[in-house]
Amino acid sequence: MPAYQVDLAGTRFAFASLRALLAAATPLRSGDALAGIAAESAEQRVAARYALADLPLATFLEDFVIPYEADEISRLIVDGHDAPAFAAVAHLTVGGFREWLLDPATDGAAIAAASPGITPEMAAAVSKLMRNQDLIAAARKIRIVTAFRSTIGLPGRLSVRLQPNHPTDDPAGIAASTLDGLLLGSGDAVIGINPASDEIATAATLLTLLDELRQAYEIPTQSCVLGHVTGTIELIRRGAPVDLCFQSIAGTEAANRGFGIDLALLGEAHAATQALGRGTVGSDVMYFETGQGSALSADAHHGVDQQTLECRAYAVARAFRPLLVNSVVGFIGPEYLYDGKQILRAALEDHFCGKLLGLPMGLDICYTNHAEADQDDMDGILTLLGVAGVNFVMGVPGADDIMLNYQSTSFHDALYLRETLGLRPAPEFEAWMQRMGLGDERGRLLESAPAALPWRHIPALAHLDG
Amino acid sequence: MAEETPIPLDRLRGLTQARIALGRVGQALPTGAMLDFQLAHARARDAVSAELRTDGFAEAIGREVIQVASQAGDPVTYLRRPDLGRRLDPADAGRLPRTGADAALIVGDGLSATAVHHHAASLLLALFERLEGWSLAPVVLARHARVALGDEIGAALGARMALVLIGERPGLSAPDSLGAYLTWAPRRGRLDSERNCLSNIRPPHGLGYAAAADRIVALMREAQRLELTGVKLNSDALTGPEPPPTR
Repeated sequence: MPAYQVDLAGTRFAFASLRALLAAATPLRSGDALAGIAAESAEQRVAARYALADLPLATFLEDFVIPYEADEISRLIVDGHDAPAFAAVAHLTVGGFREWLLDPATDGAAIAAASPGITPEMAAAVSKLMRNQDLIAAARKIRIVTAFRSTIGLPGRLSVRLQPNHPTDDPAGIAASTLDGLLLGSGDAVIGINPASDEIATAATLLTLLDELRQAYEIPTQSCVLGHVTGTIELIRRGAPVDLCFQSIAGTEAANRGFGIDLALLGEAHAATQALGRGTVGSDVMYFETGQGSALSADAHHGVDQQTLECRAYAVARAFRPLLVNSVVGFIGPEYLYDGKQILRAALEDHFCGKLLGLPMGLDICYTNHAEADQDDMDGILTLLGVAGVNFVMGVPGADDIMLNYQSTSFHDALYLRETLGLRPAPEFEAWMQRMGLGDERGRLLESAPAALPWRHIPALAHLDG
Repeated sequence: MAEETPIPLDRLRGLTQARIALGRVGQALPTGAMLDFQLAHARARDAVSAELRTDGFAEAIGREVIQVASQAGDPVTYLRRPDLGRRLDPADAGRLPRTGADAALIVGDGLSATAVHHHAASLLLALFERLEGWSLAPVVLARHARVALGDEIGAALGARMALVLIGERPGLSAPDSLGAYLTWAPRRGRLDSERNCLSNIRPPHGLGYAAAADRIVALMREAQRLELTGVKLNSDALTGPEPPPTR
C-alpha cells in the first residue's frame, strides 16, 4: 500500500489512508467537520493536496476508499472499469490529470472517450485540486446529451424542470403552477412533482393530470412524480402513464439500503420503465437525484468525505443511462453545507464530476432557511453553472417551494439565465413555444406572449369551467 | 367556459399558495413581488435566529416548568453540530427529578423559537385538558434542542413516554410551525423510526390546537396500549404524511 505523505519545509504530513487523504484535501465544509474527518488545519488541507497531486491515478485501481467485499458500489466501480478507455490518462498523476483536463488540446471528445475509465474516486480527487474556475472551464468542454420527448444538454441550450409542488397534492393547485411555468418557458427537462403523500393512488392521480395536460397542449416533454422505484413499478403494473422512473441514490450500499434500494432493484425498475417505450426522440428513462451529505445523514459514510461519496453515487447513476441527474445541492442543510460559499463550491464540484463521469447533470440550486444563504447566493451559483454548461435547473414558482419548504430557482431565474447567456430551450420545446405564440424562433419569450394558454378540457380543472 | 377562452391567471392564483402569476419585466420579477419574497425570507431568518423566551411560560400553562439546555451552547454550534443538540447539558441533568410519570411533555425551540412563542402554551393547555388522569412529569423547556434531546430528558425523568413539541424548520410561508414527536420508553440512541410525528401545528393556516391535541392524545393512548411507538404503531390513520426530512 503506498504511503500517503508529503514533506513541506521540513514538516512531514502523513495521512493514514487514501480516504483520510481525500477527506483532508477537500475544501472546508461543515459535513466533513461533523463527521470528524476534515483537515485539522488550513495548512494540513493544502499539504494533503500536494500529496494528492503526486499520486498516480492508477493508485485508485489498487486502493479503495470502501473495500470491494464490503460494498456493492465498490464492486460496480471495480468490475465496470474500462481499462482501454483509461489508457489515455493511465500515465498521469492526479495533478497531471488536472492539467490534462484544462489543456486546450484536450477537447470534449477526448474527455468523453476517457470517461468510462475514470472512477468516481479519481473524479473526486482531481476536483479537490481544482479551483472554481477550473471546475467551470473543464465542465464547459463536456456535453452530455440525452432524450425522451425532448433533447436535453445540447450546446447553447438550457432546460428547466418545472416543479409545481403543492402541500396537499391538490391537482388543481398543481395544474395552476404548471400552467404558470409553461407560460414562462419552463418544463422542457421534465414536469416533475414531489408528492407530499407517498400513496400510490396519489401518484397515479398526479401522473394522469400531467399526462392530460401534456397531451391537451401537445407539449414535447416528459412528466414524473418523484416517489420510490417500488412505487413506479407498481404504477406501471396498474397502467398509470409513467414516462420516467425516479429514485434518490447515494454513494454507499448502506446508504442506498436506507433509501430502500439496491442495484438489482434499480435494474428491475429501469427495465420495466424502458419497456413502456413512451419516448419519441429518445429512450433515456431514469431520473436520479443525489446530494452531498446523504450518506453521513444515514450514518453510512465509512469515514469517506461527502464529496467523494457523492461521486460514488454517480457511479450508480451511470450504470442506467439516465435522462436527468440532479444534485439537490443545498437542501440537506447547514450541518453539511453551511453557507452560500460552501453550497457554491459543492454545486460546481457536483456538476463537473457528474459530467466527467458521463452524466447529464442538472442542479437544484437551493437552500433552506437555516443556512447562511439567500437569493443573491443562488443568483451567483446559477450564473456560474450557466457558464459551466449545466443541462438543466429547477423552475419553482417564485423560487418558493411551498411543499418542501425550501428555496430554489424560479421560472424567472431560468429566463434570466437564458437571456443573459444566450441559451435556448430544448429544440422540440422551442418549436412548441413558437407554435403557442409564447416564444420567437430562438426560444426567447415574446413580450407579446399571451398571459394564459387557450382553454382545453383538463378533467382536473373541470370545476373551473363556466 | 367557451372553447379557446383562456383560463385567466387570477383564477389560477386562487388554487394554490404558490407564487404564481407574479408578472414580469422582461425576465425579471416586478419590484413588489421581489420584496414580498424578501419579507418572507426575512421572517423565516428571524425565526431561526430568535432566542427562546422563557419568562411567563409557567404562568401561561399554570404548571411547574424546568428549564434545561442542550450541549450546543450557542446558535451557530447548534446549526453546525446537530449531535450536540441531542445531548443534555450535564449541569441540567441533575435538576430533573425521577418521576415514573406516564408521560413527559418537553418543549424545545428547535429551528423556530417563534413557533414555540406562538403555539406551545396553547397546545399544552389543549393537551392537559385531554390528559385528565395521566401522571405527567413537570414540563421541560429546552434551549438549542433537537428532537432526540427528549430521549435523555424523558429517561432522566423516568417517564414511560416522551412528547417533544419543537419548532420546525421555517418555510417562507410557515415561519412558526410546531411539530410533535412521541417516543415510547425514551432513552439515548432511539431511532427516528421509533417515533411518531405530527407536523405543521400552526393555526389558523396549519393544524389547530384542538385537532392537534386530539391526534396527539390518540397516539399517546395507542402507545400506552401497545407499549411502543414508531413504524410499528401503524400511525398512518392518526398522523397523515411524514414531515420534511430535515430536523
